[in-house]
Amino acid sequence: MTWDITEIQKWDWKKHPFGGTIKDPGNSRKFKTGGWRAFRPVRDENKCTQCLICYVFCPDSAIKTKDDKIIEIDYSFCKGCGICAQECPLDAIRMCDETKEQS
Amino acid sequence: MNSLIKTAALVGTDAVAEAMRQINPDVVAAYPITPQTAIVETFSQMVADGLVKTQMIAVESEHSAMSATIGAASSGIRAMTCTSSQGLALMWELLYIASGLRLPIVMPNVNRSLSAPINIHCDHGDSMGARDSGWIQLFSENAQEAYDNTIQAIRIAEHPDIQLPVMVLMDGFIISHSIDRLDLQDDTSVQKFIGSRNPAYSLLDSQNPTSVGTFDSLYGYFFEFKRQQEEGMINALNVIQEVGNEFGTLFGRSYGLFETVGMEDAEYAVIATGSAAGTIRMEVEHLRSSGVPIGMIKLRSFRPFPAKQLAELLSGLKAVAVFDRSDTFAGHMGGPIFIELRSSLYDLEKKPLTINYVYGLGGRDLSEKLVKKAAGELMETAQNGFVRQTVNYLGLRE
Ligand code: SF4
Ligand code: SF4
Repeated sequence: MTWDITEIQKWDWKKHPFGGTIKDPGNSRKFKTGGWRAFRPVRDENKCTQCLICYVFCPDSAIKTKDDKIIEIDYSFCKGCGICAQECPLDAIRMCDETKEQS
Repeated sequence: MNSLIKTAALVGTDAVAEAMRQINPDVVAAYPITPQTAIVETFSQMVADGLVKTQMIAVESEHSAMSATIGAASSGIRAMTCTSSQGLALMWELLYIASGLRLPIVMPNVNRSLSAPINIHCDHGDSMGARDSGWIQLFSENAQEAYDNTIQAIRIAEHPDIQLPVMVLMDGFIISHSIDRLDLQDDTSVQKFIGSRNPAYSLLDSQNPTSVGTFDSLYGYFFEFKRQQEEGMINALNVIQEVGNEFGTLFGRSYGLFETVGMEDAEYAVIATGSAAGTIRMEVEHLRSSGVPIGMIKLRSFRPFPAKQLAELLSGLKAVAVFDRSDTFAGHMGGPIFIELRSSLYDLEKKPLTINYVYGLGGRDLSEKLVKKAAGELMETAQNGFVRQTVNYLGLRE
């Protein structure tokens, strides 16, 4: 785990490992995917029973918990896929259009 | 020379299978297609007889053959496959993945025309279509060269400055199914020559895990990776020559980017590749013996294209005739070798006149008579100082 890619945007073409191989797997934390989002999941804390179904289903591990309770949806990784809203048994998550509503 | 030589009479496909036996690849994944089938047929018999340690994967298509080969090569081992024509076409998207992932896969391709109409015989339309896929492409003139190229291809592909896949090309039926006399080196010398693969990364190295086949988007480094691939091709120009020289020192048959006949004093020249070089060489040597200042270049490496080296050789010549066993269908631009050679000559101050002969499509024979006709027109062009017709179809019913 010594591969330092903090300056990767400044690397010239010769510096990259051949073929797009990633020498240090598990670095997806450094790859923020929140910018892909068109719809933002907003959780209604009054409806939510903390069943954690959304947490299990989120493909980006963007739903953060602490002591078995949801503390936040991390918008720097949430791609807005809407799976959490679809799976929530109580419809406690609403998908808001990023271009229209500010939550 | 310290390598033992065994002289044999083999068809081209068996010569390649013999090279593969000596290479002893870890994995071969392949699917039958005429005229390549005989390579894998012979090789799978060798696997069944325990002559190699290769794991043979019988797949359901060429798409799967290349996919399995890519997966195997990613684990850091030696993986090979073979194909022809429609099979190569079915591998298309994987060809780019193999080169993009920088996997040193070696694949003999027995050149055969592409449908339609269906035709199982030789032309170079299949591999020429893959000329921008990032694969090194080496042509062979006969079974000896197909054998030698397959062995050298391992070294070229795996060279740390290259790390690119290599296609070893040989003409369908003319080379693949004709019995030819050739010299085979002993197993130990071949093994020593190719050495072992030393990959930078391996998918199976659990101590140093890597991710292969990663996603790269708009803000990523795709452009940088493609530039690296081109650098590998540029480096291949030297490495192909180095490996060819070393092969010559050890085994007595030297190779380069191309071979020349009489170019020292030639006033005009013919460029060809593949099995046609044999027929053309005979005519060129015949003409030279009667004092005609004609020369010949047999192109071995089409990818990378030795543009600079060819331009140096052709500077100051009066005329050049390029033989292409495929067409580009670009609207009278001529065949691929012609287009690239003309581009290579552009910066020369003293450019030769250029003529193109598209010949042999769908396996049509290139007879001595046709070569004589083209050579006559080349001489006439050189004497007249102008080109009557740039793109010509040699052997076409007109
Ligand atoms: S929208 Fe998709 S990515 Fe975002 S929190 Fe919900 S499940 Fe996860
Ligand atoms: S699935 Fe719905 S109810 Fe369950 S934790 Fe998530 S938001 Fe709350």
